[in-house]
Amino acid sequence: MLFFNNKKNDDMPADQTGKESGCQSGNCSCGKKDNGVQQVMNKPTDRREALKKLTAGFLAGTGFVAASCSPTASDDKKEKTQLDWEEFFKGNYQLMSDDEKQSTVNRLERLYELNAGRKINVTATGPLEDVLYGYAFNISKCQGYMDCVNACVKENNQDRTSQMQYIRIHEHQNGSMDFELADDNYYHEVPAVGHFYIGTQCFHCENPPCVDVCPVKATWKEKDGIVVIDYDWCIGCRYCMAACPYDGRRFNWATPEVPKEEVNNEQHYLGNRLRKKGVMEKCTFCIQRTRNGKNPACVEACPTGARIFGNLLDPKSEIRWVLANKKVFRLKEDLGTEPKFWYFMD
Amino acid sequence: MQQLKIFRSLVFSGVKIATQGNTTYHLWMAFLTFFMLLGAYCFGIQLDQGLSATGMSDYVSWGLYISNFTFLVGVAAAAVMLVLPTYVLKEIDFSKAVLIGEGLAVSALIMCLAFVTVDLGGPIRAWHLIPFVGVFNWPSSMLAWDVIVLNGYLFINITVPLYILMCKFQGKEPNKKFYLPGVLISVFWAVGIHLVTAFLYAGLPSRPHWNNALLGPRFLATAFAAGPSLIIIALAIIDKFTDYKIATNTFRKLALVIVVAAQINLIMLVSEIFKEFYSPTHHSSSAIYLFFGLHGKHALVPYIWTAIGLSVVATIILSIHKLRNNKTWLYVACVMLFVGIWIDKGMGLIIPGFIPGAWGNIHEYSPSWIEIGVTFGIWSMGAFIFTVLAKVVISIETGSLRYQQTK
Repeated sequence: MLFFNNKKNDDMPADQTGKESGCQSGNCSCGKKDNGVQQVMNKPTDRREALKKLTAGFLAGTGFVAASCSPTASDDKKEKTQLDWEEFFKGNYQLMSDDEKQSTVNRLERLYELNAGRKINVTATGPLEDVLYGYAFNISKCQGYMDCVNACVKENNQDRTSQMQYIRIHEHQNGSMDFELADDNYYHEVPAVGHFYIGTQCFHCENPPCVDVCPVKATWKEKDGIVVIDYDWCIGCRYCMAACPYDGRRFNWATPEVPKEEVNNEQHYLGNRLRKKGVMEKCTFCIQRTRNGKNPACVEACPTGARIFGNLLDPKSEIRWVLANKKVFRLKEDLGTEPKFWYFMD
Repeated sequence: MQQLKIFRSLVFSGVKIATQGNTTYHLWMAFLTFFMLLGAYCFGIQLDQGLSATGMSDYVSWGLYISNFTFLVGVAAAAVMLVLPTYVLKEIDFSKAVLIGEGLAVSALIMCLAFVTVDLGGPIRAWHLIPFVGVFNWPSSMLAWDVIVLNGYLFINITVPLYILMCKFQGKEPNKKFYLPGVLISVFWAVGIHLVTAFLYAGLPSRPHWNNALLGPRFLATAFAAGPSLIIIALAIIDKFTDYKIATNTFRKLALVIVVAAQINLIMLVSEIFKEFYSPTHHSSSAIYLFFGLHGKHALVPYIWTAIGLSVVATIILSIHKLRNNKTWLYVACVMLFVGIWIDKGMGLIIPGFIPGAWGNIHEYSPSWIEIGVTFGIWSMGAFIFTVLAKVVISIETGSLRYQQTK
């Protein structure tokens, strides 16, 4: 409907469209750019692209008018309304141009500043060249300390109220690998005598069933093998959750809450940026860290060295050494999902 | 233009018809309105708090809503059981029932879409699902297929009856050339909607309880048992409370459809039970939990035995000619079968698919009051829509509602 509405507005003035990508506030980080009009006018566009732009511009304009016509709203509130409006009508991240990615990142940063009074740094770093991430877990070493879980929660801004955790540590009794008999919710001193520990999380499958089933392409596998979610495009149908054989996915059943002072400010659009209620999330191999050459938080936090992470395409990486020299296996291999997460024992 | 004018007149007189009636009718509509409002209130709370207001969790991530959705797809598909013989095979017995059946299909489909919408974490972002406006993961996602087939089926089931009603409204005979193609498509489409919905679950190797080739055929069998059962009940009520009399033969033929479908359903149920329990593997854990309980947890056990008990008894009643031809027994059996299959689709299929979870742990599910309220609301909305449609259809069919040229 909105789409057709807009067709009538083919001759919409460019300055209105410009509002979408141009900088309104002046105090954000996009100052070096051309102004909005030039950005829009100088870009080669086809008809479809043009219509899309006009739609966005029209909607942004409408939101702006709605907000600015309210005599009671403060300037901050007006700006917030407009940003919210533009955020709501933005497209799927996979289809965004680099400019569009940058402007949504700017909007998110500004919105957080307006809402929380603090600044965050959101990035949209793309996959590095010749990188395919893989993970190995040493069952002999893990003692069930759960330091990885705590580090993960802090790093990735997971909801504290529901105590969401991406990683599950399963306590197995010696003599059995049956997960049905394992306990992933233990509260006692570890390591418990006669037990061993196995951690699971999103395995970043090469053939991820969650990606196939998503009706709106809100989740996909990046070039570096990380399976990510566009939190703003997800509609929350939870089909991916049903499709995941590894319990790797989590849903925000309520508005996630992270105390302001505990928020990790270094964020990635596809990673640990703050989520909203009603969307999926999961382990991203700490995309905000790993794409900057660091290890995921769980690897860094593990006191026993049970967790190994690296580039599968680099023959000199530790993960490749493990795959070449240890007897590795994966879980539920019969499902053909090809996890990039291996287990081994010393 | 002329057609638009007639359509406008149809809508206006339809509204007039729907808002008039005796005390029983008004009480019924008030009752439905009350539950719709209650449902809307509950949905409001759910929107505010998020889906945490429901009984669902990361372990059982689909519940009452998706259960009802699955069941109602079957009810909608079953309208075809009336369409096929009436329009195509020139079997006139069903002609009085067919528009009612299609009204039921429309109501069921609207309820389906409502159940899916309330189940979404972000219903406000549902526009991402609209082809060409959002991003549509077709043909990979079975849910994308489902969006297409359900809306397509809704479209067919609105346009075909609307054309026929428009003709009858003007006192004309509908032209077969116009509506037969639509009817033929809808016949295949009806099978399609339920198969696609079954594939939505059957295509997930992560859930062994669903990952089962029999799921699609069994969906069809239960649909063609539960759908016509509901139609029989609706027709019985119409027959009792209005001047629109339904021929006994219609009931008999419908009952025949039901009994065949119900018997096939039981055969498939036995096959499934045999497969799960003769040589139980890890993949049978859900069935063991469902039928007998597992590791001391057995919330679903009473549901499944109630469902099977109802289905078996109803099938036996329907299989005995003498009982089936007795209307009282027939109605009782239809209600039992309908309820039995409804429980079976939800507590017997959707919920145990998630229990035990991916790593074998058992987290049980029971719907919250909010969830139950929303569910009641949507069912009331469906009943409300059906009542209005049926009332208009009956007025046109009986000839009390006609287009007045001079108006």
